[in-house]
Amino acid sequence: MLTRRVIPCLDVDNGRVVKGVSFVDIRDAGDPAELAALYNAEGADELVFLDITASSDARNTMIDVVEKVSSEVFIPLTVGGGIRSVDNMRQMLEAGADKVAVNSAAVANPQLIEDCAKEFGSQCVVLAMDVKRVDDPIIANFDEYGEVPAEALFQIVTHGGRRPTALDAVKWAKLATESGAGELLVTSMDADGQKTGYDNELLSVISDAVTVPVIASGGAGELGHFYDALTEGKADAVLAASLFHFGELRVSEVKSHLAERGIPTREV
Amino acid sequence: MTENSNKPRIVVLNTRAANVHSVEKALRKVGADPIVTSDPAELASADAAVLPGVGASDAVMNALNTLEMSEPVKEFAASGKPLLCVCVGLQVLFDSSEEGELPGLGLVDGNVQLIPTGMTDELGSAMKVPHMGWNEVTFAGDETDRNPMFKGIPQGSHFYFVHSYRCVPDQKAEVAATANYGVEICAAVARGNVVGTQFHPEKSGEVGLQIYKNFLDLASAQSK
Repeated sequence: MLTRRVIPCLDVDNGRVVKGVSFVDIRDAGDPAELAALYNAEGADELVFLDITASSDARNTMIDVVEKVSSEVFIPLTVGGGIRSVDNMRQMLEAGADKVAVNSAAVANPQLIEDCAKEFGSQCVVLAMDVKRVDDPIIANFDEYGEVPAEALFQIVTHGGRRPTALDAVKWAKLATESGAGELLVTSMDADGQKTGYDNELLSVISDAVTVPVIASGGAGELGHFYDALTEGKADAVLAASLFHFGELRVSEVKSHLAERGIPTREV
Repeated sequence: MTENSNKPRIVVLNTRAANVHSVEKALRKVGADPIVTSDPAELASADAAVLPGVGASDAVMNALNTLEMSEPVKEFAASGKPLLCVCVGLQVLFDSSEEGELPGLGLVDGNVQLIPTGMTDELGSAMKVPHMGWNEVTFAGDETDRNPMFKGIPQGSHFYFVHSYRCVPDQKAEVAATANYGVEICAAVARGNVVGTQFHPEKSGEVGLQIYKNFLDLASAQSK
């Protein structure tokens, strides 16, 4: 039976994991390789590294991080943040990433998804989408993507949530998967950081619209939220960052909770 | 310095697939010193070889044909030395695939078919294709009759899969392991020295590394 995946996400700035707490079992909470090893030992099914380094000069630092982590931890690694080209993606894959997430650059240039999928296969290409709910249906047209349906409730935002687009999230999810995205990482900007649960309506609408796996992101605050995203939200995997990072919940606790409630999980 | 010279010569065939580097790292982790190459001449002196592959089967077959590796791989398989094929590396061992137009290597009788879509799982969710994630693997027979590549791995261990097509060998005796994804997924094939896994041992944590350890042991036995 295919298990549901629990995925910790680590934000990396200039080669260091940011905002971490000092877990008792590791020496340096800022070291990506140490944290990766800890999460791996706790049963993380996969890891996502998000490069939040502002300066593009520091891009090579992330390559070193991926190189180091993938030599020590043998579970799937997804790397995202600032990926703008097929060459950027190749560098990450050669460093040891298994999948690469594209976000803003794919919105600006949807061809990027197709180019990357052709070059490396769909299984390597994750579309990360940041989504906001809109009170009024989106009415604007967005030249690149045609007319947005009047009933659209979910809008794509880019640049870390700072830049709204007139792109409907469901439409974008379909378009991206048709272009070759092999997985979707769906973050609700409304729920993110609120700890009130994932946006399960958003997740289930997206999940119903595509045939590829959907990773739920944004809003986890307690154990039940993970269960809800996998059932009500129909997600295939659940991701959390700060919750794990600040030690509020452990990966192992989430997996035990899911297993107790009948969700297939991988025992470590 | 001298320690390295005693290590078996393990060749990882660079089919330009994205998992070549992960396979190399996993082999290094278990103590091997692999040579990653796209030069088929390196195969002649190898004690053991890995054929990685992800993405489309035609891409891997194209790489094998362009690099003039197809015949050397077949010869290597016939030599009796350990050959481990991973994911699409396994799929190209077959005669043909529904995914591509190029014929496969024909080292295993059977074909490769698209995983059916539209099935619903035990939670009522649509089953996605690709089959992506950790699935439970059941090895055929008990541990004593298993291919040595799979020794020391608990029955029902989880391995990491990511694929849209499944192998269907003609000879059921060659199915070394299975997983369930609505349909039976052939998780591993073993035909003597030629072993292939649909899952990625290099991404399957400790149980995956055990397969590379076993592979290294078999390679070491060859080099003696």
